[in-house]
Amino acid sequence: MFVFIFGRVMVQSGYMPPQYKSLLLPGIMAISMIFTGVWAVAMPVIAEFQFTKEIEDRLLAPIQNYWLAVEKIFAGMVQALIAGLVVIPLAWLLLRPVELNINPLGFAVVTLLVALFSASGGLALGCSVNQQHIGLMFSMVLTPMIFFGCAYYPWSALNSFPILQKIVLINPLVYASEGLRGTLVPKFPHLSTAAVIAALLFFDLLLLFIGLRRFESKSVS
Amino acid sequence: MAVGIRTVDLRKVYNSPPPLAAGGGFGPRGSARGSKQPKTQVAALDGLALEVAPGEIFGLLGPNGAGKSTTVGVLTTRVRPTGGQAWIGEFDVWKQQVAVKRLIGVVPQRPNLDFSLTAHEILAFHGAYFGQGSKERNERAATLLEKFKLTDRANQMVRGFSGGMMQRLSIARAMMHDPQVLFLDEPSAGLDPQTRILLWEIIREYNAAGKTVLLTTHNMEEADALCKRLAIVDHGRMIASGTPQELKASIPGGYLLRLRFGKQYPDLLQRLQSLGGVREVRSADGTGTDVYADRGGSLIPEIAALAASAGAELNDVHISEPSLENLFLHHTGRSLRD
Repeated sequence: MFVFIFGRVMVQSGYMPPQYKSLLLPGIMAISMIFTGVWAVAMPVIAEFQFTKEIEDRLLAPIQNYWLAVEKIFAGMVQALIAGLVVIPLAWLLLRPVELNINPLGFAVVTLLVALFSASGGLALGCSVNQQHIGLMFSMVLTPMIFFGCAYYPWSALNSFPILQKIVLINPLVYASEGLRGTLVPKFPHLSTAAVIAALLFFDLLLLFIGLRRFESKSVS
Repeated sequence: MAVGIRTVDLRKVYNSPPPLAAGGGFGPRGSARGSKQPKTQVAALDGLALEVAPGEIFGLLGPNGAGKSTTVGVLTTRVRPTGGQAWIGEFDVWKQQVAVKRLIGVVPQRPNLDFSLTAHEILAFHGAYFGQGSKERNERAATLLEKFKLTDRANQMVRGFSGGMMQRLSIARAMMHDPQVLFLDEPSAGLDPQTRILLWEIIREYNAAGKTVLLTTHNMEEADALCKRLAIVDHGRMIASGTPQELKASIPGGYLLRLRFGKQYPDLLQRLQSLGGVREVRSADGTGTDVYADRGGSLIPEIAALAASAGAELNDVHISEPSLENLFLHHTGRSLRD
């Protein structure tokens, strides 16, 4: 839908220049991965702890409890990766021609880090938010993240808003979109891939740590 | 090799309201204090010491909110104790969780079956968590489904199961990896009498294979019929423990004789009081009289003779044997069903 509206409708109707399609693709990929990863981990965690309690049986399996969290992150990563990769052929179908200039190694590293980010972020959110606040979580956390996430515009487009440009740097989605942009369509301005990888690694470890801690404390009462 | 259970001075204080199935229950005991503080502190266990011998069926009996489920939660690694220690066999429950989880099977109070799986899958997956090969777990699953009379539902989603079927499946799941210690938290709540008897048979059979069983209940009949030994708990403390017979024998004047006379004779009550073995005489509504005594049937002729000599007409006699209900009443001053 994003691909169609922004990539096809806006460009075809002449509101956007044709190159916008290629600029947009990495952003859409980043959003799609992060949404899927967060959703795929946070929702089951919330439901299993609070409604069905079905996680209780797994907590009784003869392994340390945190392995369950690791398993959830792994499953979330796989889903996020699929969701991200599906965007490419889809975009190719709808948006032809898109000029991609893939840097395979960088792309692989960035996608893996983004997937891990989304899944561990989902775990941290799912273990911190209780059921009444699911809707709030999505409107308060994910929506601003997406609009200030440099998904629809490169980070350098914020040059004329210097304060905002600095503030959005706390938003991990910025690094996801910029990183994918840098490894998929490097002709557009983007943050340096090394900086992106460093930032993503930082967020991954932070959220992984928070997520596992929260999970451990949630799994026993 | 059967495995025992031991706890020493087990304490648990919930800072947030405890989950319904894990114990603190419905009576907001801490709330008088808690209403001033943002956090309600609920003391669910207050220095509980238990000793369950290997290979016995042990019952935790108590009213709602007594700390039964919290005890089970601590012993099954699901609740972190605030103080004290617990062992399953030689393993410290909190420090050697993985070893403990291998030994135990747990039937929760509230069904927590995976709604998107079939009955057979639930058992097979559970077997897989414990490292059973696919042949072994399929065979075991089929045997257990047969035993719990669920074979015809084996390939149906759990979503459509009745409460009793879910309960049976939960128990089958807990037995799937053949645990040395089986925990059942209110196993027969919500079961019809027929299923309850099936369940009791299965528990006895499992125990006969040398396994330790710990169950919680607030049903005295069940505790009496099933358990070799019992502990009566209330407010997180043990009130009494022993075999059902010992416990019942420990009630002073365990027998209750309800008499009904043609009309009220105040004088008669005092003469009843003086009979050997009578602990207390209470006059109930109008013509009824309750006699608490150490013996039951043997008192009847004396009472009849007494009534005859006083010219009173004895219309009805009902004797109730020593029961755990009476015991609980005796220790706490309130009924188990409250």
